[in-house]
Amino acid sequence: MSKKVIYGIFDDEEVLLKSVKEVRSNDISIKEVYTPFPVHGLDHALGLERTRLAIAAFIYGVIGCIAAILMTYYIMILDWPQNIGGKPSFAYYLNMPAFVPIIFEMTVLFSAHLMVITYFFKSKLFPGQTSSSPDPRTTDDKFLMEIESEDEKSISDLLKKTGATEINVKESA
Amino acid sequence: MQKESPIREPLILGNKSYHDITVDVAKPVLAKANKLWWIVFGISLVLFIWWILSVGYTIGTGIGVWGLNKTIGWAWDITNFVWWVGIGHAGTLISAVLLLFRQKWRLSINRSAEAMTIFAVVQAAMFPLIHMGRPWLGYFVFPIPNNFGSLWVNFNSPLLWDVFAISTYFSVSLVFWYVGLIPDFAMIRDKVNEKYWPLRKKIYSTLSFGWSGRAKDWQRFEEVSLVLAGLATPLVFSVHSIVSFDFATSVIPGWHTTIFPPYFVAGAVFSGFAMVQTLLLVMRKVVGLEAYITVKHVEYMNIVIMLTGNLVGIAYLTELFMAWYSGVEFEQYAFLNRATGPYWWAYWSMMTCNVISPQLMWFKKLRTNIVFTFILALFVNIGMWFERFVIIVTSLHRDYLPSSWSMFSPTFVDIGIFVGSIGFFFVLFLLYSRTFPVIAQAELKTIVKSSSEQYKK
Repeated sequence: MSKKVIYGIFDDEEVLLKSVKEVRSNDISIKEVYTPFPVHGLDHALGLERTRLAIAAFIYGVIGCIAAILMTYYIMILDWPQNIGGKPSFAYYLNMPAFVPIIFEMTVLFSAHLMVITYFFKSKLFPGQTSSSPDPRTTDDKFLMEIESEDEKSISDLLKKTGATEINVKESA
Repeated sequence: MQKESPIREPLILGNKSYHDITVDVAKPVLAKANKLWWIVFGISLVLFIWWILSVGYTIGTGIGVWGLNKTIGWAWDITNFVWWVGIGHAGTLISAVLLLFRQKWRLSINRSAEAMTIFAVVQAAMFPLIHMGRPWLGYFVFPIPNNFGSLWVNFNSPLLWDVFAISTYFSVSLVFWYVGLIPDFAMIRDKVNEKYWPLRKKIYSTLSFGWSGRAKDWQRFEEVSLVLAGLATPLVFSVHSIVSFDFATSVIPGWHTTIFPPYFVAGAVFSGFAMVQTLLLVMRKVVGLEAYITVKHVEYMNIVIMLTGNLVGIAYLTELFMAWYSGVEFEQYAFLNRATGPYWWAYWSMMTCNVISPQLMWFKKLRTNIVFTFILALFVNIGMWFERFVIIVTSLHRDYLPSSWSMFSPTFVDIGIFVGSIGFFFVLFLLYSRTFPVIAQAELKTIVKSSSEQYKK
């Protein structure tokens, strides 16, 4: 028997969430779920791991902070020390308070941009990319569950029983 | 599912299903513009052309075409700069601070408020650039190695802090806005019929970055939004603090004040919310979004205006008190001169618009009245422009040497660049309102079951 892709389409996120739990408790693996908006608890129900983007953002922030400290140290103290307004640039610890705004801005700049670039990279979002959603209605008001299996009938029945309003089946590529 | 107290007023009126929200948000993008839009766009375009001519004349001839003189070296240009940056702050406040506080009413207004932020910062950034006189040398403000000249930039200077603050603020706001826009561009991409509009389909496909709404993408999306909000919140406070340092770190009486940072931030939020009101009250009518931007939203924003207006009022009084209490006669004279000198009319229009008029918001009847809110928002915008003018010009025009006392009168170029920047701003905002999803529809759909009218019955 050849493998089939089964698409269960739902109208309501609560029904979808219950169905996801039901399907997973029957030891059927869900390939993907497409929703028009973030459904709370769906990542948990699907058993997705927590994203580590926040940790990445923190590391990027630390890099930005260090970069700003090195930059101000090199430019103001090491390379060309000057006496500006009676405050000579002798030592970094004496002049540092004036650089706090720069250090702060660079921290935010690095953290925000590198995190977003990481997010685009991980989720494969870039101009020219095409949508992988099998049904364009999933950006409107439909919730779609995608299951790959050989046993088309029992899965369709299970999805119907748990509240799917529409079932579409496609030959697996 | 999240639940909300039934006593709270609904944030979405009528029986809106998920599909209705999609249709309502996609409609202004897919439909043709009405007559009103073309009229307003035409007027803005004329002002924008005036702006181009004035800027061209300034750059071609020199800063001498402005009304500046030896005593008043900073006038309308920096007034407009601070005014526009301040207006931008409301957008970040709505999208970032209200996200951290889990305020759901932000969802129907955050997209447009952020758009306003970006367009306002564009206007603001133009003023220092034009004031350079030779804007093609503008890259000198970045820390570029010595072979470009003999010196590095000076990191002790608040003007350089401004460069870093404004560019970080602009780019982070832009990215924050775009991350939220991607799912909504995807919605429009899927709504556009490829047979009739192949180009439009292509444009929205490119803009949507191939978004498909997978569960993992949404998980990352929410994390990124939360972290960006956490980063943007201190950022927005830092930006206007740094703008105020441009003045506060100097020794000019009237500028040399420690309360400037919080005072400027409060004023920025105050003027920004007023501009959001001005734009959204018109937009909800023209685009037909009354069910999403409700009177309750207007009232919430009016409460913010009232609160920040009072903070600004307290700052004005603190300034006066400190001038007297400091015992410095120059400081005392600076404030006496503001209130009773030749620029008394600017000072008192500032006081009337910013301190007295927001007091009317204490009345629920007035703060839930759309026409009244619109008029008051215009007053606040005018008042905040005068605040910057008062701080900048009245502090400069009578300096330590009475022989160099002077007055500032704008030339038609000054007026052209200021009025033209408003035209430029509206050109950008009007184009946005026809081509972008003006409501964060994906996120708005998450509150349908907790905060919409039909689920509250």
